Amino acid sequence: MTQTEFLNIVMPFKDKVFRLAKRLLVSTEEAEDATQEVLIKLWNNQSKIQEYKNVEAFSMTMTKNFCLDKLKSKQAQNLKIVHSNYQDNNVSLQKEVELKDSLDWVRKIMEELPEQQKMVIQLRDIEQYELDEICDMLDMNNTAVRVALSRARKTIREKLTNTHSYGIK
Amino acid sequence: MVLNNIEKLLEKYENGETTLKEEQQLKSYFSQETVEPHLEMYKPMFAYFSVNQQEQFTKDLPLKTKRKFNYKWMSVAAVAVLMIGFYFKSNTTKDDLGTYDDPQEAYNEVVKSLAMISTQFNKGTSTVSYLNEMNKGTATLGYLNEIENTTNIIFKPNK
Repeated sequence: MTQTEFLNIVMPFKDKVFRLAKRLLVSTEEAEDATQEVLIKLWNNQSKIQEYKNVEAFSMTMTKNFCLDKLKSKQAQNLKIVHSNYQDNNVSLQKEVELKDSLDWVRKIMEELPEQQKMVIQLRDIEQYELDEICDMLDMNNTAVRVALSRARKTIREKLTNTHSYGIK
Repeated sequence: MVLNNIEKLLEKYENGETTLKEEQQLKSYFSQETVEPHLEMYKPMFAYFSVNQQEQFTKDLPLKTKRKFNYKWMSVAAVAVLMIGFYFKSNTTKDDLGTYDDPQEAYNEVVKSLAMISTQFNKGTSTVSYLNEMNKGTATLGYLNEIENTTNIIFKPNK
């Protein structure tokens, strides 16, 4: 398999891998490293690629495992990943600031979710995978995914309602 | 009517029962400028989801074409080298057996080589002849015994 062929396979979902990694690892740099690692692993095992039924689902599972391992080792070292994406996007309009702010709330709320719920909501609401695909990727059964999804959505909504109506963080 | 529909969808959504299509409907509803005040809190949620969808992986991939070293071929090469080695070796031995077709010539050669051997051999034995001198030396040493005999005679009475 040539490099271009490989890239053609990988291109459609490399952003999804990255976003899932970022959801779990929080920092952009960490997520970039994880994505690179996952894709290179895939490249090194290219001979097996044809055997996989669904390369995309397989990579997502790989990403999930890789990131969870990473988190585990971080915890063992008693290190915490601190979110530090400093950005200056020249927000000038009041409206934009507000929107940005409320989006930031959602991000914070999602950061507090348990890992499983984070992954489920990432895969469903952001990447828009079918439930069956998510079951496949996360190695969960259909009901478990549904429950996790429902809990995550409810938590987000509740916390957002609180912030929205009382300004409590 | 639309609002009613949205509220129903939201309930389904929170139970995790909506299809992707229905979720798309919700997303498009909440992407409007104005939504119902009591549904306002959903707005950032859906906005966040759509914004997050845009994020891309920009780092490039250092894909190395891994040159796999195949040990199978190495063994093949080794065998080939061995075969060639044996082939040349057997060739040289076959070529140079040192036989003669003419008996007279063979006889001459044998005589020549035997003569060479004998001259070398004689050289060796001539050096061995020096050992005779050694024997002569030891014979003269025999006189020492005579001296010992006389001393014995002298010291005998003292005992």
